[in-house]
Amino acid sequence: MQIIEILVGIALLIFAFLAIESKKIINSVIYLSILSMLSVVSFIFMKAPDVAITEAVIGSGLVTAIFIFTLFSIKKVGDKK
Amino acid sequence: MKKVIAALIVLVLGIFIFTNLYSTGEGKLFPKFGEVNLTERVSNSFVNKNVSENSGEIKFKKTKDAESGSANMVTSIVVNYRSFDTLGEVTVLFVSALGIGLLLSGNTRMKFKTPPNFILKTAVRIISGIILITGVYIFIHGHLTPGGGFPGGSMIASAVLLFYISDDEFKTKVKSFKVLEGTAGSLYLIFGLLGLSLGGYFLYNFLPTGTVGELFSAGIVPIIYIFVGLKVGSELSNLISDFLSEEGK
Repeated sequence: MQIIEILVGIALLIFAFLAIESKKIINSVIYLSILSMLSVVSFIFMKAPDVAITEAVIGSGLVTAIFIFTLFSIKKVGDKK
Repeated sequence: MKKVIAALIVLVLGIFIFTNLYSTGEGKLFPKFGEVNLTERVSNSFVNKNVSENSGEIKFKKTKDAESGSANMVTSIVVNYRSFDTLGEVTVLFVSALGIGLLLSGNTRMKFKTPPNFILKTAVRIISGIILITGVYIFIHGHLTPGGGFPGGSMIASAVLLFYISDDEFKTKVKSFKVLEGTAGSLYLIFGLLGLSLGGYFLYNFLPTGTVGELFSAGIVPIIYIFVGLKVGSELSNLISDFLSEEGK
């Protein structure tokens, strides 16, 4: 079980790095979503189901959608000029 | 160069977290689950405090009239002992939703570049009902299973988000959502003030706490969580509809 925990942790680090470094903003939003999905798994390993449910709904669902909607509206304002 | 610095920062943070999580020396920060020696902890003197006299062992489905009747320890701490914090959280969420509504509110609905197709529409109609029921289940059973008002409410908002993504013409009735949000928030405050007048402190558990582990137990906790769930769900749905609205045109 500890091997899976460490593997999830390494994947978390890799996706955190990709989220910082990706050129397109939409890619880094998707990497953030994957990051919070993996952190749900690690929260369950740490026996914190309450935090895991909240993170699954808000971190990977609503926050990703709101970031993408913000990106859409920024692009629309940019197109008009 | 920038990449090297970013990789170094991520690596250092990772090594720091991992060495703290899996260290087995004297200064072990995170012990394994169930292997904590509670008598060494500072929090022990706070955990053992008991307001009522009966301080026996609590058995699932047997113990009656416990001090806090909820089987989930997290909800009993959040609603029974730290309920003033919950009021602050609800206020913070309300103020942020208000700010977004002031900044982004418009009349017309934003359209996506690629219109949603038939498969997406049908699948969302099937799935979103299940998501709504799960959200309601989570905030009604907040005192028995993991979850509570906030995750349940945001799950309802995610069902509304799916409707928005799948249908180009979909618009929620914003006015009724605002009425629901205001009513739920006011009822939360009224219950808190009732506790203040009946028991002496804000959100006092004045209802009888039944048997631990049954649906109608824990007194005020499920009622409060229903209000918080309705408030958070309507608030976040409003927030999504504000994000998807356009000014003018």
